Amino acid sequence: MRIRPVGAHALLLDFAVAPPEPAALRPAAPGSRTGPAGADLAEPVGAGHTEPARASGADVAVVVEAWRAELWRRRDQGELIATEIVPAATTVLLDGLPDPVTTATRIEAWRPATTSAPGNSGTDLVEVPVVFDGEDLPRVAEHWQVDVPAVVRRLRQTEFRVAFCGFAPGFGYLTGLPAELAVPRLATPRPRVPVGSVGLAGPYAGIYPTASPGGWLLVGRTTLTLFDIHADPPARLSPGIRVRLAPA
Amino acid sequence: MTEPAAPEPVNLADAAVEVLRAGVLTTVQDLGRPGWAHLGVPRSGALDPAALRLANRLVGNPESAAGLEITLTGCDLRPTRATTVAVVGAEADVRVGQRPGDVGRPLAVPAGAVLRIGPARRGVRCWLAVAGGIAVAPVLGSRATDTLAGIGPAPLRDGDLLPLGTPVGPPAPIDLTVPVAPPAELRLAVRLGPRHDWFTPAALDRLLGTAYQVSPLSNRVGARLTGAPLPRAVAGELPSEGLVLGAVQVPADGQPLIFLADHPTTGGYPVIAVLDDVTPLAQARPGTTVRFHGPQR
Repeated sequence: MRIRPVGAHALLLDFAVAPPEPAALRPAAPGSRTGPAGADLAEPVGAGHTEPARASGADVAVVVEAWRAELWRRRDQGELIATEIVPAATTVLLDGLPDPVTTATRIEAWRPATTSAPGNSGTDLVEVPVVFDGEDLPRVAEHWQVDVPAVVRRLRQTEFRVAFCGFAPGFGYLTGLPAELAVPRLATPRPRVPVGSVGLAGPYAGIYPTASPGGWLLVGRTTLTLFDIHADPPARLSPGIRVRLAPA
Repeated sequence: MTEPAAPEPVNLADAAVEVLRAGVLTTVQDLGRPGWAHLGVPRSGALDPAALRLANRLVGNPESAAGLEITLTGCDLRPTRATTVAVVGAEADVRVGQRPGDVGRPLAVPAGAVLRIGPARRGVRCWLAVAGGIAVAPVLGSRATDTLAGIGPAPLRDGDLLPLGTPVGPPAPIDLTVPVAPPAELRLAVRLGPRHDWFTPAALDRLLGTAYQVSPLSNRVGARLTGAPLPRAVAGELPSEGLVLGAVQVPADGQPLIFLADHPTTGGYPVIAVLDDVTPLAQARPGTTVRFHGPQR
């Protein structure tokens, strides 16, 4: 772990093995959405699935999750004051720290609790009912070098976990697929992906919580509401939660 | 990204503000909704929180009350009951009925009188506080309009009726505050990192040694700058990581983008530095010169 200072009140805990990162690890935003400022949320990811270092990417995700859980736990217990604890692909951001220098020193001495192996984690499991009729299923099958029913079987059998959220409120980046099944985004994003669409990009799966432009390969759809400002918590998928794509 | 909160039905007999002319972009803002970034929800809130706090203090509100952030062209409003308002921020003509008012002091507005906030003569944005605060329904603890995620009330439209809360304190006994004119050139303190090691030494020299201009593409999400491009030393792609307010992100074209209140929670371009204070950018018109310096100066 390397602790990088971020401005006057934040720290970035960096778990990447060695920069520069291979493109395959990059969490491509599900849409090349252009905000009012044209703020790029993230560049479209390239194919990237031939990059070599992807196995270590999965390991990094496990480390990030362990630290995310540890930091949330310490904040709950009053050992850490932070406005935001934001996990991402290979980092955890701590923002709103009263004294980042002292906090960095303390974090150096912390060790995350033993990581639960995927499958026996004690965290919540959300079953997302999915109809697998996405128009990019044949494309995914081609990348995986299997037929479409095998793609669907694989997706139904995989236990995913929310690695982090971003791009839009309630959009979770789901890990769980082996690195060799990473797929590229569409070269040209669709101008409108319907709400509830289930897609794949890079090593991640994701579900669009609202209609938006998007370049992920669409494999299915769900009617489950993923983000509801009146719900507590508002997002169905928050970091650490396990996810199964169940038959609808 | 959900539908904008439906406006609560407002009875005209209740205290409210009628929007006669919404202007190019007028939004409800308070101090935002920090604490939800792990779910992808931006912080939002007033671009200059100190200005909104001052406006609230002037009318006797708690500093966290919701007011209006008014952009460039001003707006016209009509309260349904007598109230006190205060405008803080850009230099603009303010009128209550036919009477000229001032920016930066409490103004009494009789019931049914029209409050006109003219176009900004200098600067870009004003914050308007009304006694009792704008009482639209809060979303995730805040009434702020998030222009990126679409959370909170929609930007104002002509004919909207905004409910007002109950005043809790008297207006401040202040005749006039001293307005601070926006400087012609911004000098902004930055701290390098977290990804300055992804850039060449020349990039760091350019960032700290050359002038940049505010681009017309700037808005509540970010201030885009144009100037000497900042070349990368590391060619690889950066996995998305969490972003903070004031992060100076450098996209593929090398032109820096400074994230403001409605910034996305994660981003996939390296952040070369972080500003100590973004609030001067709230008043920076396109073309304004920006220079960066280290925090030691």
